[in-house]
This record gives sequence, structure tokens and C-alpha cells, in this order.
Amino acid sequence: MGSELSTFASVRRLYPYVRPAMPRMVGGLISALGASLAALAIPRVLQTLVEGPLAEGAAAHDLGALVVPVLLVLGLGVAEAGLVLLRRNLVMYPGTRVEAELRMALFRHLQDLPVAFHDRWPGGQLLSRIMGDLGLLRRWLVFGLLQLIVSIVTIVVGVGILLATAGWLGLVYLAGAIPVTVIAFRFSRRYRVIARLSQDQSGDLATTVEESVHGIRVLKAFGRGRDALDSFTDQAEELRRTEIRKAGNQATVTTSLQLIPEVTLAVCLVLGTVLAAQGQITVGGLVAFFLTTAVINGPVVDLGMTLSMTLNARTAVDRFFEVMETPNPLADPADPVDAPDARGHVELRDVTFRYEDSARPVLEHVDLELPVGTTTALVGLTGSGKSTLAMVVPRIFDVTGGEVLLDGVDLRRMRRHDVRRAVAVAFEDPTLFSASVRDNVLLGVPESGPDAVPEAERERRLHEAVEVAQAGFVADLPQGVETRIGEEGLSLSGGQRQRLALARAIAARPAVLVLDDPLSALDVATEEAVTTRLREVLDGTTSLVIAHRPSTVALADRVAVLQDGRITAVGTHRDLLATDAHYRHVISSLEQDWEECAEHSDREDSEPDQTEQAQTEEVQR
Amino acid sequence: MSRPSKPEPSQPATSRPDDRRRPTDASADDTTQLDAEASREVRSRSLRLLGELLRPRRGALALAGLLVVVSTLGQVAGPWLVSLAIDSAVPDLMDGDVDTLVLVGSAYLVAAVVGGLCAGAYVRQAARIAQGVLLDLRRRVFRHTQLLSLEFHESYTSGRIISRQTSDLEALRELLDGGLTGVVSSLMLMLFTGLSLFLLDWRSGLVLAVALVPAWLLTRWFQKRSQVFYREQRTTSARLIVKFVETMTGMRAVQAFRRESTTEADYGRLSEQYRDANLNTMGLNGRYQPGLVLIGNVAVAVALALGGWRVYSGGLDVGVLVAALLYVKRFFQPIQQLGNFYNSFQSATAALEKVSGLLAEEPTVVEPRRPVALPHARGALRLDHVTFRYGDGPVVLPDLDLTLPAGQTVALVGTTGAGKSTLAKLVTRFYDASEGRVQLDGVDVRDLSTTDLRRAVVMVTQEAYLFSGSVRENIALGRPGAPQADIEAAARAVGAHEFIMDMPDGYDTDVNKRGGRVSAGQRQLLSFARAFLADPAVLVLDEATSSLDIPGERLVQHGLQTLLSDRTAIIIAHRLSTVAIADRVLVMEHGRVIEDGTPDELAAGDGHYAALNAAWQDSLV
Ligand SMILES: Nc1ncnc2c1ncn2[C@@H]1O[C@H](COP(=O)(O)OP(=O)(O)O)[C@@H](O)[C@H]1O
Ligand SMILES: Nc1ncnc2c1ncn2[C@@H]1O[C@H](COP(=O)(O)OP(=O)(O)O)[C@@H](O)[C@H]1O
Ligand SMILES: [Mg+2]
Ligand SMILES: [Mg+2]
Repeated sequence: MGSELSTFASVRRLYPYVRPAMPRMVGGLISALGASLAALAIPRVLQTLVEGPLAEGAAAHDLGALVVPVLLVLGLGVAEAGLVLLRRNLVMYPGTRVEAELRMALFRHLQDLPVAFHDRWPGGQLLSRIMGDLGLLRRWLVFGLLQLIVSIVTIVVGVGILLATAGWLGLVYLAGAIPVTVIAFRFSRRYRVIARLSQDQSGDLATTVEESVHGIRVLKAFGRGRDALDSFTDQAEELRRTEIRKAGNQATVTTSLQLIPEVTLAVCLVLGTVLAAQGQITVGGLVAFFLTTAVINGPVVDLGMTLSMTLNARTAVDRFFEVMETPNPLADPADPVDAPDARGHVELRDVTFRYEDSARPVLEHVDLELPVGTTTALVGLTGSGKSTLAMVVPRIFDVTGGEVLLDGVDLRRMRRHDVRRAVAVAFEDPTLFSASVRDNVLLGVPESGPDAVPEAERERRLHEAVEVAQAGFVADLPQGVETRIGEEGLSLSGGQRQRLALARAIAARPAVLVLDDPLSALDVATEEAVTTRLREVLDGTTSLVIAHRPSTVALADRVAVLQDGRITAVGTHRDLLATDAHYRHVISSLEQDWEECAEHSDREDSEPDQTEQAQTEEVQR
Repeated sequence: MSRPSKPEPSQPATSRPDDRRRPTDASADDTTQLDAEASREVRSRSLRLLGELLRPRRGALALAGLLVVVSTLGQVAGPWLVSLAIDSAVPDLMDGDVDTLVLVGSAYLVAAVVGGLCAGAYVRQAARIAQGVLLDLRRRVFRHTQLLSLEFHESYTSGRIISRQTSDLEALRELLDGGLTGVVSSLMLMLFTGLSLFLLDWRSGLVLAVALVPAWLLTRWFQKRSQVFYREQRTTSARLIVKFVETMTGMRAVQAFRRESTTEADYGRLSEQYRDANLNTMGLNGRYQPGLVLIGNVAVAVALALGGWRVYSGGLDVGVLVAALLYVKRFFQPIQQLGNFYNSFQSATAALEKVSGLLAEEPTVVEPRRPVALPHARGALRLDHVTFRYGDGPVVLPDLDLTLPAGQTVALVGTTGAGKSTLAKLVTRFYDASEGRVQLDGVDVRDLSTTDLRRAVVMVTQEAYLFSGSVRENIALGRPGAPQADIEAAARAVGAHEFIMDMPDGYDTDVNKRGGRVSAGQRQLLSFARAFLADPAVLVLDEATSSLDIPGERLVQHGLQTLLSDRTAIIIAHRLSTVAIADRVLVMEHGRVIEDGTPDELAAGDGHYAALNAAWQDSLV
């Protein structure tokens, strides 16, 4: 998207972030210019001093004449060092400050963006943006940018001097600038494309690394380490080729930036010699001309490096804004309805939901009411859309049609935080963070802020939630509830993690509790214990419990059956068992029942011993 | 493998079971304050790694050095030819002699062209070296992390491994990319200038030699301080990455429990630490560099004072003094570049300290030196008086002695924490027994090559991890290169074919990050399909059907029955429905098998299993 912008326009988008640092940046620039001026001046001053006052002083045997030049040179030298010191110190604060600001802005935006965005974006791409790209920007801000300006100023001033003092020779030298500019321009265009490619590829590589670590158990279980390495190697090899191609481009520009000015100088040398021989220019003038070009050539050569650094920085800026400018379709409304204390009445009215990249909606015209204080079980086959429906209630996803109402108010008219304070979820895949058991369970119980919960109350909730979820095992952990778990701590079994995720949802004391298959990983005995206690807690809380088993359904007052994206029946477990064939098919484990209902069911084709039939159906399709 | 196989230096030495050590735990890896000896040790480990990486590229490095030398000579020749032109070509031309001009002019042209071409060629060559080294290191780290045992991965955070493979390598890359040019040409220039100065006037040369003393002291100071600061920088950057990866991975929970502001505060704190670390290194470098400039400039002033005094006393010609001073000045000009190089060297070695630390981790489960070949396993398992404990924790399995004949389907039941998963991890060799042996077809699993072992034994766990990529690729992980028909057959066998065909691109549909595009149950089906495709002699299922609906579970069971008719299987499940297909049931408690028999036998008895079974029968509807 940024590729249509010019490099300048692209980088200018950083201005709001850089503005507070502007004075220091300008100060740094001035010191940088001063330092290079001093650096340039010292040899000249030396020469004039030694050949002038010093030589005269020596002739006059006046030792005092030595003092002034020495002090002058010393002073200039100290000034140069001081200016370098000043430049570095002026620039390092804004450089790192801007980097940190950008990083936090990106992080904030990423946290704001909906889950749908995160499902789509590979992790390594985000990581490479927030670390690699921003680091690149920092180095460019503290080094490349100033260097670029200093080089350009030096070149422009130098060429100006040449034109003013050396006439023809200056013009010839300037003519050399034309091919240099053309090459640099073409280089920029090509380099930018490759730089982008290389940064994207290293993001992809980071994604592969991330997945190879997160999926290590699968890779090990199947002994696929070698294959993973091979495909990683292919990817790394591709990145290497891109990088070498990038270097090839850079080499071309380095060659031309060094070669063209020097060749021009060769022409100037011949021309100058002829002119000097003819007396059209003094020998002194010729010397001055070459001294000046020597000063300009350094920055011209540097230009290749600083230019590519600038282009890399520009790519980093593009990649940064690509995420930053992704609009949030799930934002808070402009004038939100205040909802301080939800009662917990939830209604899905004609809800349709379609994932962005799917052709068919998962939920179609779903109507479902969760009356205050009741527990509803949601039953359906794998992939029928139960979890999707559950995500719509806390507004993790927005419905694509219809509306979800909490106490009669459309969720989209409320602040997300208000909705999520009212609705707590225990996810199907329990996520634990690297923190103590306490912090993990009390994740939804704020310690500070407007709705902070006092310490004693937090403690009470912690113990209650742990008790209800039958997570008593935490007491046996090395440091009890203070034990660090998650990736950086103790590893827990699936069942243990699930119970903590359940405890977390309970501890939040929401008006609406959504439990996505909360007992799937528990053994029978634990499941029974949890069910008994959970039923007490659910009493009085509006809850939606997704269930695959009769034991979980037992938690509910009533059951809603989800089939083909619609709620096809609502009733008690007993009633549905008697009247609804699909429900029986889904929930019943008894052999005869199952076979019998398979006949009524619309999913006969998936019946195990009828693979053949499934195949013929396939053909018919 | 298409690339020529070369000895992989990180090949772990086979270690005896008794010298197993706990992998570095995360906090130890995070320390930056090392005592002198530890500091020296990690530094030398890091340098050794750098040496190992560069040694095979000696030839390429020499060529790069040569290119730098030639291009530097080309640059140096310029001013000398100019002075030649002015001193001889102009007078000669006045005398009507064109030869000198032609000679000097063409020499200049040649120098320009050769210098420019070499500079460009050097950029290419340096990139080739840098990218080669990076590719090597990337592969080594990737390969090594894949080799490391689960034990390691359970304590070393994924984010930390990711940071080792991304931002730490970036630091090395900076050194290789930019550093080399600087160091070779700077050293050359300094050497030439120094020599010329000594030849011209050795007394002024002495000034220069003396000036090197404070420069050396300053460098030592910089080295000491920067070592700590750069370590700090690597550590803080890893922490930042760990936090980022964790937050992005758990984004659902973060948003659902309104943790955005807390996470932001945490991340902000880490980001500030990283900024401080960067500031420290930049601040240090910001004093080191001007320090070098100052030393150089003071040396010039001192040389001026001494030289001037000698001019007064008639010991020195003014012309010689000018030249000597210019040499002194020029000598110190590249020292800034050297400083830059040293700075990136320090940064890279700090990063390599971390990387080499990771590479120094030894897998606790190692491949045998001389594996026993087992191309066609039958699947007879024997646990020969196996004792197991995690690290130096309590004994989990005390003296387990078990024989599972080939072809038997064994169900493992028991309460959470009984040691079922542990047993599975021993059979699949995720861990090695502390005492006793696990044998497959009479061969100790420790004597089998990974390839043979993983072909024979495959495990499916509750956490069904999908990699980004198509459905096909994910299933094919079970057997890379499997034809489409086999993949489809595997999917059909577990009842996944239907929903796969419902997805937009069928088997080519991208499952998105971590399989975000499919439901949890579907994910489990896909990982089942993987195992079906792998078609191992021994299949271990650790609560692998937990998220499936009942019909789905049945379907899988049916598929299993067909598949397992002549396979050995260990099925861990807390739902007795799965047990129905087992030939034999083992009830575990506290790491011991307390009941062992056919399902019917046990159900008829009055033990644990009978009670479980009765409760289960009751729960059926
Ligand atoms: N992020 C996504 N993008 C596209 N399709 C999805 C996504 N998540 C789930 N689906 C599809 O939507 C359907 C419903 O999924 P889900 O609600 O998770 O089912 P379940 O009822 O098993 O919880 C499935 O067919 C799944 O493949
Ligand atoms: N990675 C580990 N490190 C230390 N202890 C562990 C680890 N995994 C499991 N344990 C402990 O080993 C025992 C057996 O666990 P496990 O085999 O997972 O039981 P099961 O699968 O029967 O529920 C438990 O006490 C558990 O806490
Ligand atoms: Mg689900
Ligand atoms: Mg287990």
C-alpha cells in the first residue's frame, strides 16, 4: 500500500512520532555538520599555520609564535571531539524514544485489533515488524538520517564551491553527477522492491521458527524434524538469495558511486593539466580544485550506504503502517450506551455469521434467548458453529447479520470492555500465561482501575473458583497458588489447564458465563465433582454451556440444538431426547439408540461402515 | 537432502543416562551479571562459535580482504597521481611533452575503474560470506532446537528460542555486513600511513605510537563496560519477544478478560528496559568514539608542538612537518571506523553468547551412535522394570514391568496424575527411563535411530497442533510425499473428508495460523488423519478425542478398529466409550498398574474399573 508513496511521503508519516524529538534531532544535525566542518578544517588550518606563522616564527626565532597555532589546532580538535560527543548524545535519546513510542503504538493497536485479524496474520510477520523493523528505524534515525543530510549538504556545498571557483572543471565534475543521479534513482526503485521482499521473507522465516517451536511435540511425535529443517532451509536459502540479490544491487550502486566520480576526475585531471599548461588556470587553483573534490568524494561514496539504509527504513515504515493503518472493524462506538451493571439477559436475534474468507455462513438466522439466571446447553456436531456462536456473545467476533442484545442493548452500541466485563468465557483451548496460578485465575478480576476488586474479595474468589473447578491440585504445587505456570513455569496437563481456565471464568463473576466444552479433558470422577459444584455457581448466572456429552448437558436447565447453522430445537434434555432425532444422534452413546437415530439422521453418509456410500455421494456431488 | 552433507558440528555427543542435566532454566539464561570466570567462559564459547562459522570461509574472506586492499589502493592512488600531474605533467606539457600527461591520466583512469569495480565486488563478496554464515547458523540453531528434548522445551520458552533465531542473529548480521569493510580498509590505511610516517620522520611516528596507549586503554574500558551492556541488551530484547509472542498467542484471553491495559503496562516496562539497554550501549559508544577522536586530535597538536619546536631548533624542514602532521591526522581518521567495528563486534559476540548457549544445550534424549536397524517393526512393546522421574523430582513411575504383545490394543485408564501420559512419553521416547528399559521388538528404544523409531511409533495428543499451510500439507505431515488418494483415504477413515470438502478450497484450504480456521474438534480429526496416514506399528493416543462429539468419536473408533486390527495401540482416555475397542485394560494409580485384564473381565470384577464402568453405564442416555 505504501509503495505508491514516494519515499519521502512514506517516511513523513513518522513525523507525529518524531515531532517531540525534533529539537534534539536538529541539534544533533547541527553538531554533526559542525563536527564534519571541524574535521575538514583541521588539515587546512594545519597547512596554512605551518607554512605561514610557524615558518615565519622559525625564521624570527620567536617561540611564542608556536603557541597560537598549537592551541588553535588543539582547540579545533577538542571541538570536533566535543561535537561528535554532543551529536551522539543528542540523538540517542530521541532515537530510542521514538522507537519505544512506535513499538508501544503498534502493540496497543495490535491489542485493539480483533481476534479475526490475529487469526489471519502470521505471528512472525508481526514479530519482525515490532522488533526487526523498529530496530532498523532506530538505527536510521540516530545514524542514517543525519548521515544522509550531512552527505548531501557537503556535496551540494562542495559542488557549489567548485562551480564558483573552478569554472570549466567544475562543470565537467558536475556533469558526472548526471549518470550518478540516474543510477541512484533506478537503484532506489529496484532496491526498494527487494528490500521489501527480504523483510517479508524474514518475517515468514520467523513464522516458521515460531511454529516449529510451538509445534515441537507434533514434529517430534512424527519424527519430522528433518523435514521441518529441510523446508526451513529452503526458506532460509530463499532469503539468502534475496539478500544476495539486494547486495548485488548495492554493489552496482557502490561501483558507480565510486567509479563515475573518479573517472570524471580523471577527465578533469587531463583537462586541468592542459588548462594549467596553457595558463588558463593557476597551479594553486588546480590544487584547490582537487582538494575540494577529495572532500566531496567521501560523502558521495557514503551516499550508497546511507541511501540503502534509508530505503530499508522506508520499507520498515511501510510495514509498520501497514498494520497501524489496518482499521479496527470492531471498535467501540462513538457514543456508547452506558451499561454499568448488566443483569445478564442475552438475546441473539436473527444472527447470521460468516467468516471473512468463507463462502457460506456458519450461523444463519439464529434466534436464541438466554433468560436471566438460566443455564442453556448448546449441542451440535463438531464444526456446527457452537464455538463461533459462543464468540459472538462477548463480541470477540461481530455478527455479519442480525444483532446480539445484552439486556436489550445491541453489543455494538456498548464499549467492548463493558460487554466483556459482563460476559466471561472459558475457551475451548485453555490459554495460560506465564504468571502465578493466582494471576492466571484472577485474570478477569481487576486489581486496580475503575472496577478494582479489593484484596480480600480477590482472595475469596480465588479460593472459591479453584474449589469449584476442582483445581485443588494447585495446593500441591511447589509454591501453591504462587507457583508460576505457563510457558515460563511449570507445565500442566490438559485437564489441569482446562480446570484453571474454568476457574478463571468463574472468578470473574460475570453476569453471563460462556463455557466452551469446559469438561472435555477431565476424567470421569473429576468431571462429576466439577459438575456438582458448578451447578451451584451457575444457579443465578446466565450461562451458555457448549456440550458434547450428556454429563455436561446435565448442568443446563435447557438445551438448544445447533444444526446446519440454525437452532433447530430448544427444550429440556429429556424432551429433546424423546422428540429430536438429531439431538439423539449427537448426544446419545447407547449403541442401539445411535444406530436407530442414524437412520433418521441426516448424516448417515458419515456412518462408519458406509465409506462406500460416502464415496458414491461424493461422486454425485 | 540436496545439499552436500557436511559434518554437523552441533551433533550431540552421546551422553550416559546418569550424567543427564537439567536444561538451562529460563532465569539462568537471563542473567547479565556474570562473575569474571563465567563471563570469560561464555565469551570464549561465543568466539569459538564465530571461529567455527568463519573458518570454512577462509578463502572467501581472503578474497574479500584482497578486494578491499585493491579498492583502497585505488582510492589512495588518486591524490598521489594528482600531485604527480601537478608537479610533472604541467611543466612537461609546457615543454611540449604530452607523454607524462597521457601516462598519469590513464593511470588515474585505471585506478578509478579498478578501485570502483573492486569496491563493488567486495560488497557482493561480503554479502555472500555474511549470508552463508547466517544460513549455516540458522540451520544449526533450527536443527539443534529440533534435536533438543521435550524436557528442554518445557522450560525454555518458545519466545526465547524465537529471539535466539531472529533478533540475536540480526546482531551478527550487522557485524558481518558492515564491519568487515571498515576493519580491513581501516587497518590497511593506518598501517600504510603509520609506515610512511616512520619513514618520513620517526620522531613524529613516536608521538603516534604513544597516542596508541590511551587509545588502547580506552578500548579496554569500552570492552569491559560494553560486554555487560550488550548482554543486557540481548536479554531485554529476548524478554520483550517472549512477552510479545505470549500476548499475541493468547490474544483471545487477553481481550476477553480485558487485560489490554495490564499487558500494555507490562510490555511497556519491558520496552523501557530494552530502551535503557540500548541507551546504555549507545551512550557508551557515544563516549568511546569521541574519545578516540579526541586522542587523535590531541596527538596532532602534540606532534605540531614537538615538530614546531624542532623546526625552530633547525632540526626539521617545514615541508616535512606539514607532511608528517597530515599523516598523523590521517592515521587517526579510520580509527572511528575501527571503533564502529569493535562496537558491532561486541554486540554480535553478546548475541553469539546466547546463541552458543542454546547450541551448548545437550539433548537428554539422544540418538544412538550405532543404531540397531528396525525397518519393519512388529510392534511388541516391553517395559522392563522401568522407573521414571522428571529431572530430580519425585518418582512418577516406580518399577513398571509390562509386556504388550504386537497387535494388542491396550486402554490405559486411571485418575489424573496417575502417570498415563508419562508412560506414553516413555514409549514414544520423548523421555528416557531413569532406570530400566523400554523395548520395541526386543530392541531398546535408545538403540533405535529416530527415523526407525518414529516410523514405528506415533503419538497423537490432546493438543492438536496445525501448522499454517493447507489441510493437505498438515495431513501429509504423517507421511510426506503421500499421494492424494492416501491422504483422502486417511481423512475419510476418521470422518474428516466431509468437512474438508466443505471448505473453500477443499484439501488446499489454508488452515490459517495454528489451525484457526477449523474448529477444535476438526483439528483433532485432522491430527488423527495424520496418524492414520503415518500408519505406524505402534499408535499411542493420549486423550486424543476429547473435543470430538460422540458420533465423531465413534467414527474415529471405527476407523481405529480397522486400522488397529494388526497394530499395537495404547489408548489413554477418560471416557470409557473408547475402551470398548480395547483387547486389554490397564488401570493405573500412582504410577503402578493396579488392574490388568480384558474389559469384560474387569467389568465383571469388583475393582476400580468395575466401579468406573458402572458409573459410566449409568451416565449413558
Ligand atoms: N477463523 C475461521 N475462518 C474460517 N472458518 C472458520 C474459522 N473458524 C471456524 N471456522 C469454520 O466454522 C465452522 C464452525 O466452527 P466452530 O464454531 O469452531 O465449530 P464447533 O461447533 O465445533 O465449535 C467450522 O466448519 C470451521 O471450519
Ligand atoms: N513435565 C513434567 N515435569 C515434572 N513433573 C511432571 C511433568 N509432567 C507430569 N508430571 C507429574 O508426573 C505425574 C504423572 O503425570 P501424568 O503422566 O501427566 O499423569 P496422567 O497422564 O495420568 O494424568 C504427575 O504428578 C505430574 O504432576
Ligand atoms: Mg468448538
Ligand atoms: Mg495425561
